[in-house]
Amino acid sequence: MEDLVNISIPTAAGTALLGYAVVFLGLVMLMCVLLIMGLISKQRKAKAEAANAIPVPDRAAPVLELDNTLPKASGTAGELKLYDTEPKDAAMIMAIVADSLGKPLNELRFISIREVK
Amino acid sequence: MDITGVLQKLASESGFAAFFLTEGGWKNLVMIILAFVLLYLGIVKKFEPLLLCGIAFGCLLSNLSYFIGMGHNAVYHPELWAAFLDETSPAYHSYGAIMKEAGLLDFFYIGVKAGIYPSLIFMGVGAMTDFGPLLANPKSLLLGAAAQLGVFVAFFGAVLLGFTGPQAASIGIIGGADGPTAIFLTTKLAPELLGPIAIAAYSYMALIPMIQPPIMKAMTTDKMRKVKMVQSREVSKTEKIIFPILVATFVILLLPSTAPLIGCLMLGNLFRECGVTDRLSDTAQNALMNIVTIFLATSVGATMVAQNFLNLDTIKIVVLGLIAFGISTVGGLIGGLIMYRTSGGKINPLIGSAGVSAVPMAARVSQDVGRRYNKNNYLLMHAMGPNVAGVIGSAIAAGFLLSVFG
Repeated sequence: MEDLVNISIPTAAGTALLGYAVVFLGLVMLMCVLLIMGLISKQRKAKAEAANAIPVPDRAAPVLELDNTLPKASGTAGELKLYDTEPKDAAMIMAIVADSLGKPLNELRFISIREVK
Repeated sequence: MDITGVLQKLASESGFAAFFLTEGGWKNLVMIILAFVLLYLGIVKKFEPLLLCGIAFGCLLSNLSYFIGMGHNAVYHPELWAAFLDETSPAYHSYGAIMKEAGLLDFFYIGVKAGIYPSLIFMGVGAMTDFGPLLANPKSLLLGAAAQLGVFVAFFGAVLLGFTGPQAASIGIIGGADGPTAIFLTTKLAPELLGPIAIAAYSYMALIPMIQPPIMKAMTTDKMRKVKMVQSREVSKTEKIIFPILVATFVILLLPSTAPLIGCLMLGNLFRECGVTDRLSDTAQNALMNIVTIFLATSVGATMVAQNFLNLDTIKIVVLGLIAFGISTVGGLIGGLIMYRTSGGKINPLIGSAGVSAVPMAARVSQDVGRRYNKNNYLLMHAMGPNVAGVIGSAIAAGFLLSVFG
């Protein structure tokens, strides 16, 4: 093998070119891997979004009339949004409020519960 | 007790006497003045102060206490490290021999010699770096690769100027604009050049706001500089967690010699992103980083003893370092210009110069130059992609040079 300590000029030129090519090769390969990873991530995100999307009602389909006179299912109180609050704590807070007001829980409507910091 | 004798002994052993009585004592005086200048640059001009203050003080300490022909010194012993590298010496590669005679900074220097400090600094850098912009636009890796041009041009230039292969490789890596990488490679390949290389690397990194803008202006047109880039996509947490594991696996398998640097960089980043090691991430980017910086800077500064530093080679290294920085900037900008053309003018070529590493200084320069020509242009996050790609690129360049010359 050639002496790399007292390196000749042609060898140095070859080493420099090879080195630059290796850096490019390494980073191009890494770029391909990251592009594939990004693609997979995008697909997964799109799938998750599609699964969570609220179905748009078909205009042709008959609209169901809600009968407000019907009794609500026991325990139903609509959708509740929690901000920085554990579900367990939210359940306890709702129970305390219902008890304090002297009203059954399913007659109360909680919109959101937020922790005050 | 012979008071006169004691006073005479104290006087003859003092550094003041050594300036005039020892061989090359005046050189120490020059180095002490240089240390004052570096301290001024670090403290007043704020040139990489966290490192330059330590380096300058290490330089000051070793030149205050080490004089050829003088007896005991309690700080740093370059002759021990010369014996450590001398294959014919009984102390060859013997840390035991070093520790038997070591002064305070010799102990610190063991961490540099063993490659511990640069790797730990990389861990801190990893814990501080958000690789999101790179993940959002992986093509910016190409700019990080293009900006390593200066490394190999300076390497070739150093060979032309008569340096040996390993020395030329260590000088070339200054163009990677990455202090820990430069120190890591130089310690392995040409420890005798550590002082000037570290000084050149950190000084030029601090001077990036002055070195890069004229080159950026010369290589781009007004129209190119005004290009506003579209916002990158949002990167998921999962991608950010997978990234360090993937890069470590891939790059280390490709170039095993990069393992200490890339391994620590990515471990630090994993601490940051995984969400369950916040304490470790905090330690890596604060306490550990600060402690290692103190040890690294003072021990690197200590290697700047007058007898090793004041020679023609130092001037050559300083000049080659500047060339390396300049050409790396040119390389990054050429990459940026190619991307500008191939994207139909959607990519601002100014982000190419950020590929020289030097996080986040180089990205900030891209942002500043861009805003000078378009007040509503925010290139910072786009420039952070090539900037962090440059860190990986310079580590790969160092790994290659270490494989060839190590």
